[in-house]
Amino acid sequence: MNATPSFTAGVEGIGLWATQAPSWAAYRAWRTGGVTPEPVARPAPSLLPPNERRRAPDTVLVALEAAQAACIDAGRDPATLPSVFVSTYGDLAITDHLCRTLATAPRELSPTRFHNSVHNAAAGYWTIGTGAMEPATALSAGPAGFAMGLLEAIALRAAGAPAVLLVGYDGPSPEPLHQVAPSAGLLGGALVFGPAVAGRTRLRVSVEDGETATRANPAAPGNAMAPMLALFDALAQGAGNALLPAGPGRVLRLELDRG
Amino acid sequence: MHGNTATVQFPHCRAAPALWLYSPASRRPQFSRLQAASVPSRIAPLAIAAHTATTALGAGLEAQREALACGRGGLRRNDFGDAPLECWIGRVEGLEQVPLPATLSSWESRNHRLAWRALRQDGFDAAVAAALERHGAQRVAVIVGTSTSSIGETEAAYTRLENGRFPGALTQRHVHSPHALGDFVALATGALGPCLTVATACSSSAKVFALAARMLQAGLADAAVVGGVDTLCGSVLYGFNALQLVSSDPCRPFDADRDGLSLGEAGGFALLERDAPQARAWLAGYGESSDAHHMSAPHPQGLGAQRAMAHALARAGLEAGAIGYLNLHGTATPANDSVEARAVAALFPDTLHASSTKGWTGHTLGAAGIVESVFALLALEDGLLPGTLNSHRPDPACGPQIRFEPAPRTVAHAMNNAFGFGGNNCSLVFARA
Repeated sequence: MNATPSFTAGVEGIGLWATQAPSWAAYRAWRTGGVTPEPVARPAPSLLPPNERRRAPDTVLVALEAAQAACIDAGRDPATLPSVFVSTYGDLAITDHLCRTLATAPRELSPTRFHNSVHNAAAGYWTIGTGAMEPATALSAGPAGFAMGLLEAIALRAAGAPAVLLVGYDGPSPEPLHQVAPSAGLLGGALVFGPAVAGRTRLRVSVEDGETATRANPAAPGNAMAPMLALFDALAQGAGNALLPAGPGRVLRLELDRG
Repeated sequence: MHGNTATVQFPHCRAAPALWLYSPASRRPQFSRLQAASVPSRIAPLAIAAHTATTALGAGLEAQREALACGRGGLRRNDFGDAPLECWIGRVEGLEQVPLPATLSSWESRNHRLAWRALRQDGFDAAVAAALERHGAQRVAVIVGTSTSSIGETEAAYTRLENGRFPGALTQRHVHSPHALGDFVALATGALGPCLTVATACSSSAKVFALAARMLQAGLADAAVVGGVDTLCGSVLYGFNALQLVSSDPCRPFDADRDGLSLGEAGGFALLERDAPQARAWLAGYGESSDAHHMSAPHPQGLGAQRAMAHALARAGLEAGAIGYLNLHGTATPANDSVEARAVAALFPDTLHASSTKGWTGHTLGAAGIVESVFALLALEDGLLPGTLNSHRPDPACGPQIRFEPAPRTVAHAMNNAFGFGGNNCSLVFARA
C-alpha cells in the first residue's frame, strides 16, 4: 500500500472564538497560563453591518469572527484567500425552526431562514462581507471534519493558492435535535495557511492509522467541532504534536515547529 | 474611507485591505478584481473510469440516454407528501418500496435508498471494487455532495415527537447529519480513504470534482468516488416556494415566458483516477468562484459565473471555442437564466451549443452537478447534444448560444455549470477519451 506523503505549511494567522474564551489571545492565556477568561454570549464580527449581525445565525457569526481574526493576524486581505468552511451540523437552531414550521404550517416557512439554512451560509456571508470572489467550500465530515478541511486546504495550496483560509465551527443543538446531533456552546476556529518560511510556525501534516483520545476541552465542552482544539492547544504552546480524528481508524498527525 | 478604517483598526496588515469592512456592493470595484485575478495554469487531466446517474428519467445511463434522445421528460404533478404544493416535480419512482439491505438498515432514509440504487447501476459498484483492489481501500477517497442529505428523516421525526422527543425508531444518530451521505457511500463501497461531504447548495456535486482533482494531484489519494445525492423533502419544496422561485408549470429554462423552477431528486457518481487502466473520459479542468454578492440572488453581470467558466477553461488549457457542448445551470428562474446567458455570451462564440436539461429532471439541487456532468459525458460519448425541453419562445435577452433543439454532433470537449446559493459557482470541463 502506498504511503500518504506528508505536507508542510506555514501558519500565518490564528483566530478563535468560544463562549468560554472569546479570542485567541484569551484562549492561549487560559491554556498556557491558567488565566480564566470572562465568558461572552455572542460574537459580533465587524464584517457584517449591524442589521445583518442581528439577523445572522450564531454559527455564521462565530465562523466570521474567527475567520476575520485569523486574516488580521496573518495580515492577509481576505478577498485574496480561497476559503474552506467546516461544520459538523451547520446551524441547528435553523434546522429546528424549519422542521417545526414544516410540521405545523409549512406554507409559512420563512424565505430568509430557508436561504440561511444552507450549509454554506457562513461561507456565503464571508465572501459577500469581504468581497472575496475566490472559491469557497463548505463541508462536513463528522468528527473528521476539521481534518478533512485541513487536507482540502493543503490540496488548495499544492494546486497553487499562495494562502488559504480554513474555518471550523459548530453551535449548540436545541432539543429534540440534541438527541441525534449532540453539540453544545458556540465555537469557531480559523487558520490562514501560507508558505513555510523562516520565523513562522510550521505544520507538518500526515495521515496515518490510529485513534485520537477523547479529552473534554473546558473552552467548548460538548461542541461538535471541539476535536480541532487539539491543534489549537499545540499552537498555543508553539510546538509539539497534535492528532485529529480523520475517519474510522485514521488520524491526521500534525507536527509543529518554528521555522 | 474603508482603507483608512482598515489601517487604523488593523495596524499590522502589510497591505491595507480595501474591502475589509462591510461595504455596499455598489461601491466595490468588482470588474477590476475579475480582471486582476490570476488565471490558473493547465492541469494534468484525470481519468473518469466510470460514471452513472439515476433521476426521474429512470435508473442508470440507458434511461437517461433514451429520455434525452426522445425528448421524454421526467416531470410530473407534485404528489410528494400531504397537501402538496401546486407545482411539478422530478420524482424517482419506487424508492418507497425498496428498503436498504438488512446490513445497512440503520441508515434508512430516502436519500440513502437513492444513493444505494444509483451506486448499483452501470457496473459502477464493480468499477469501485476494482479500484479498491488496484490502489488499496485507504487510497480511495469518497467526496460527495448534497444540499439536504437525509433531512427528510429529521422532518418526519418532528411530526411524530413524543413528549418533545424523537420517537425511538427515528433516532438513528448518523442519519441526521449533512455528512450522512459521505459516511453511507464509504460504507456501501468499502472505500477507506479521506471521506467528506461537500454542501455548497446547488454547486455541491460539481465542486466534488474540483476537490477530488486537487486531492489526487496532491497525492492524498489515488482514486476518488465523487458524486452526489439529493431527495425531495419538505424543506426544499416549501423553502423554494417561500422564495417564490417555483413554477406552477413544468419549468421552461431560458424561455421568454419562464416563471420558475421545478424541483427534482437524483443521485449520480463518477470514479476519478490519476492513473486508470482505461479512461472512459477525462476531467480536463475545473473552475470555482464566489459571487460575493447575495445569498440567494446571482450577481447581475454574472461575474462569478464568468470567472468559474474562465478558470475551468484555463485549467483545461482550452480556448472558449474548443467547447462543443455546455450544460447550463439553467434553473428556469427569470433572474438566473438571463444572468447565466449573459455570462456565456461574454465568453463564448455564437457557435456554442448550450442547453439546460432541467426540463427533463427538474432542479436536483445538490445532485445537479453530478447529473448534468453525466449528461455532458453522454454528449461526448454519443455525439448527441441535448436541447432544452419544454422551452419554445427564445428570450431575446439570451444569446444565440442557448439552444432549444437537440443536435447530433461529435464534440471533443463539454462543460457543465453549477451555481448555488451563497453565490457558490463551479464549472467543469470534460474531454472525450
